[in-house]
Amino acid sequence: MTAEPEAAEREATDEESATGGANVLGNKGAAAFVAPAAGLIGLFLVFPALWTLYLALTNMRLTGLAAAEPQFVGLENFLNAVSEGEFLNSLYVTLIFVLGSAVIGQAFLGFTLAWILRDWRGWQRQAFEVLAIVAWIIPASVVAFLWIALLDGDSGTLNTLSPVNVDWLLEYPLLSIIFFNTWRGTAFSMLLFSAALNSMPPSHLETARLAGASFWQQLRDVILPSIRGHILTTLLLISLWTFNLFTPYLITAGGPGSQTETLPIYIYNVALSNGRLGFGAAISAIMLVINLIIAWIYLRVVGKQDA
Amino acid sequence: MAASPTQTRTVQRVLSRIGFYLLVIVVGAFFALPMLWLIFAPFDRTPSLSVEVPSFTLANFTEMFENPFVLSSLRNSVLLSVITMLLVCASAALCAYALSRVAVPGRDVLLYILLLFSSIVTGSAAMVPIFQLMFQLGLINTYTGVVLVMAGGLLPAGIFILKDFMDTVPESYEESARVAGASSVQILKDIVVPVVRPGLAVIAVWVFVQVWGNFLMPFILLRDPAMQPAAVIMYSFYTSGGQADLSVISAFSLLYSVPVVLMYLFVNQRYGFRFHGGIKG
Repeated sequence: MTAEPEAAEREATDEESATGGANVLGNKGAAAFVAPAAGLIGLFLVFPALWTLYLALTNMRLTGLAAAEPQFVGLENFLNAVSEGEFLNSLYVTLIFVLGSAVIGQAFLGFTLAWILRDWRGWQRQAFEVLAIVAWIIPASVVAFLWIALLDGDSGTLNTLSPVNVDWLLEYPLLSIIFFNTWRGTAFSMLLFSAALNSMPPSHLETARLAGASFWQQLRDVILPSIRGHILTTLLLISLWTFNLFTPYLITAGGPGSQTETLPIYIYNVALSNGRLGFGAAISAIMLVINLIIAWIYLRVVGKQDA
Repeated sequence: MAASPTQTRTVQRVLSRIGFYLLVIVVGAFFALPMLWLIFAPFDRTPSLSVEVPSFTLANFTEMFENPFVLSSLRNSVLLSVITMLLVCASAALCAYALSRVAVPGRDVLLYILLLFSSIVTGSAAMVPIFQLMFQLGLINTYTGVVLVMAGGLLPAGIFILKDFMDTVPESYEESARVAGASSVQILKDIVVPVVRPGLAVIAVWVFVQVWGNFLMPFILLRDPAMQPAAVIMYSFYTSGGQADLSVISAFSLLYSVPVVLMYLFVNQRYGFRFHGGIKG
């Protein structure tokens, strides 16, 4: 993992603190301090992920004979998954959802907001920030009801306020949850981009402006390059979070049909509703691999541009 | 007649201002609209899914408290959130301190990978093995199970953030204390923790909010309705007619959201809710 973006940057300070630190806390002391966290992470985070890989190779079921004595079935679950239309549909829905709500929705709107609010002060800025952040922190169960109330076909707020009468959740279900997740998660991108824009030396923009650069030129040649690291970190985290988000289940339960059945919802339906644990684990394993690929691509991009 | 360059520029500037304000209004409305229901419906005599100027009443709240699961579920949420918060804060502080003071090769890379890993595994992707693990350990339908899984998933980010704070504590403080004969635990408790208190507060609030709002883990790990936290119990409020009971749901939504909003306002006022050095690119 040479592409890890922060390691190089921090190397210098780490070495200083490390040499001085060895005598503050002995190696044994350090190990004892790390142990509780390492135990919890190892048992309840790393181990389940590894166990997924094992379960994926069995025909384990929630109940019945295959629950007591699961058989080793090799790659059967994986072969079934990739030949099953439902899985491919779910994968496609998830990719659209991540692209639409995280990459385009949250990152784009988050940057726009950070840019708009950049030199605002006073209550207007506060109002915007509080709205976005409250949307981000209130419980998912509540948010689900808010969006059902907003989009409901008979008496939803949107239909009451607008002349058209559309049953959004039935006619545009995927678009609905894309808008929901954009609304839900933009605050994170906004806060991160605000911090990034604040940390930019104002003189850079000043110079560009004096040289007669238009807004788009400034954006392309000055702003985006200097906050590139922040952009990649944001994109990475929000893509992963969105990829693994279970909340759409609370709004559409994956329906109508399987139009909003993202991978987490698909796994829930297959494994815990229908009891096909082994098959669900295989989907989980595929999901883990896709997550790792997303992370790897982003890290590669960071690494390449540093070189 | 062609407009002079100055006029064209003025027109352009006016147009771009109008466009700018239009954008601000649209974005503002986008964020405000879904929130209206949460503010109006709880006080409406006949709450529906639409937002209307309410005929003011507090009857929804009275009706809500008649439901036996309302108070118990909120108590359960507090219990789960507080225990997880204490567990994460304590073990993250110990671990972050050790990692900040002792050179372990590849430490930063490992932390970064764990951070990524935790955003992947927490919840969905590991749903099946987590369920299986808890089943084998006999922790289905116990708070221990939920707390342990939540703590394992939240710890990497907690350590990651806290380590940044720990790095800023000057080591000369600790060395003087060490010379004066203080033990590692004393140093951590009396010197380091007071300095990194803002970091601990941020993590405490963050863990609380995460657990408070988490739906999936209690949903799959707890069976008994009397044990369910607020996030799950919301979906059991139905009228005798089998319809979602909107008067109870709307009032409960508000009550259930208020603590996290208050916590945010507290952190915001006290420490400033912004990313400083914590997460950087």
